Amino acid sequence: MSDRAITVVRAGALSTVQDLGRPGHAHLGVGRAGALDEPAHRLANRLVGNGPEAATVETTLTGCAVRAHGTVTVAVTGAPCPVTVDGRPVAWGAAVRVPDGSVLDVGAPTHGLRGYLAFSGGVDVEPVLGSRSTDVLSGLGPPPLADGAVLALGAPRPVPAGPDAVPFPGPVRELVLPVLLGPRDDWFTDAALRTLASGGFSVSAASNRIGMRTEGPALERAKEGELPSEGMVLGAVQVPPDGRPVLFLADHPTTGGYPVVGVVPERWLPAAAQAVPGTPVRFVPRRPRAAAVAPGQAAP
Amino acid sequence: MRALPVGDGALLVELDSGAAAEALHAELLRRAAAHELPPVREIVPAARTVLLSGLADPARLAAELPTWTVPPLAGDRGGALDIAVRYDGPDLADVAALWDTSPEGVVRILSETEFRVAFCGFSPGFGYLTGLPPRYHVPRRATPRTRVPVGSFGLAGPYAGVYPRSSPGGWQLVGSSDAVLWDHSREPAALFAPGTSVRFVPEGAR
Repeated sequence: MSDRAITVVRAGALSTVQDLGRPGHAHLGVGRAGALDEPAHRLANRLVGNGPEAATVETTLTGCAVRAHGTVTVAVTGAPCPVTVDGRPVAWGAAVRVPDGSVLDVGAPTHGLRGYLAFSGGVDVEPVLGSRSTDVLSGLGPPPLADGAVLALGAPRPVPAGPDAVPFPGPVRELVLPVLLGPRDDWFTDAALRTLASGGFSVSAASNRIGMRTEGPALERAKEGELPSEGMVLGAVQVPPDGRPVLFLADHPTTGGYPVVGVVPERWLPAAAQAVPGTPVRFVPRRPRAAAVAPGQAAP
Repeated sequence: MRALPVGDGALLVELDSGAAAEALHAELLRRAAAHELPPVREIVPAARTVLLSGLADPARLAAELPTWTVPPLAGDRGGALDIAVRYDGPDLADVAALWDTSPEGVVRILSETEFRVAFCGFSPGFGYLTGLPPRYHVPRRATPRTRVPVGSFGLAGPYAGVYPRSSPGGWQLVGSSDAVLWDHSREPAALFAPGTSVRFVPEGAR
C-alpha cells in the first residue's frame, strides 16, 4: 500500500477503472468486463512498469483529468489525444512524470473513442471476484469516475528505461469485422445473411461497453419468437427484434434470448471498441472451422 | 445432442430438454474436476443448452461429445439449501387461481417441491430453479413491473427464482425472502449456483 493517489478533476463522459476483467463467473450471471481495448491497456501498463493485471482508467470520447498526490508516472494509450500536465503539452504513448499536486489532462481523441491511463502502481480499488473492473451492466466493481473522487494507487515498480516504440493508430475509415456464422444463423433468411455481408452498416451512437450497436438494414428472420435463454460469448453478434446487429463487448449479458447470427473473433474487438459513432461497418461472414465436423455424425 | 460452433473458441451444446442440459452440465463439471476435460474458460448452462468457451479445439470436443454417456440427474439430491419465505407476494392469489387451489395450497405445493438451480443469468446470483411439474408452470405477467423488490420470490414458465436485487421483472411474485442471494464479499458470493438443490420453507415453519 502506498499513500499515492489521484483525485478526479474532470471525470469526462464515462471513465471507468478497468483491468483484465473477471472471466470464469459467467455461470453465476457475472460477466467478464475488463478493458475494451486490451492491447492498449497492456501497453499503457508496460510503459509505466506495471504488470498487465494492474488497473487502468478507460476514458470515453472526452478524456478526463486527474490531480496527482505524490509523484506519479503516467502513460496514455488507446485513442490518440492531446495530453497536458498543468497545461503544458506532454507525450502521448510514453511514460510521463506528473509531480505531486499537478493536474494531468487527457483531452478528446483526435480519432478513436477510448483512452487508457496507466498510473505507476495501478489503480488500487477493492477487487470484486478478483477484478477491479467496472461492469456497467451488472454494477459490479467501482462506480464510474466522478468529479472529486479519490482513487488510491498501488506500490510502483521501476519504470522501464528503454522507450518502447508505440504505434500511433491511424483513423479508421471503415471497421471491417470477420464474423464466424452461428450458432443461430439458421434463424435468418438467406437474404438476411447476404445483407449482413453487403449492407451498409454503421456504428450507432447508442453503443456502450455492453455492445456496439449498428445502424443500417434490418436482418430478416426465418423464425419468429425468442430462443430459450442461452449462454452468450464475447464478440457475439446478437440480433434483437429490430433486426439491427449488436456486437457484444466486455460487459455483455451472460445469457440471452435473441439469436446470435455469428461471432467476431476476440482479436478484432479492440478495433470495434475504438470505432466512433457513424463509422461504416463491414461484416465479412464465413463458416467457422468446427462446422466442417457435423456433430453427431462425425463420431466414429 | 447438437454441438454448434460459436466463433473460433466455443461450443453451444443444444439438448432436447432442460433436464438433459442440467445432466450434461453436471457431467461436464464432474469431468472438469477429474481433469478429463480440455481447458475451458467458462461452462455456462442455460435453458436447453450448455456453452463452453475458451476452448483450444472446439471441433474435437464437438466430435467427442456424442460418444459420452451422460448419467441422468440423481433423483435423491440431498444437501438441499433451505430458504425461508414469507408468502406475501402480490400475485399469490393469481397463481392460486391459475393452479386451481387456494393461497394455502400454493404454499403447500411450493414447500413440497424439490427445486434445483438449472442456471443463472439476468443479474449476478439470479438462479432459474426447476422442479415444478408442468401443470404448475405459469406465464409471465402481461405487463412487467418496473421495480421488483430485492428478495421477491417469483414464478415464470418452468422456473422459480428469488431476485438478488431490486430490478424490473415480469415474474409472478408469490412471496419474499430475507436470504442474501448475492454478496460479493462472501465466499461463495452466489447462494444459488447451477446444480444447487433448494427447498422453500414457509417462515416460522422451521
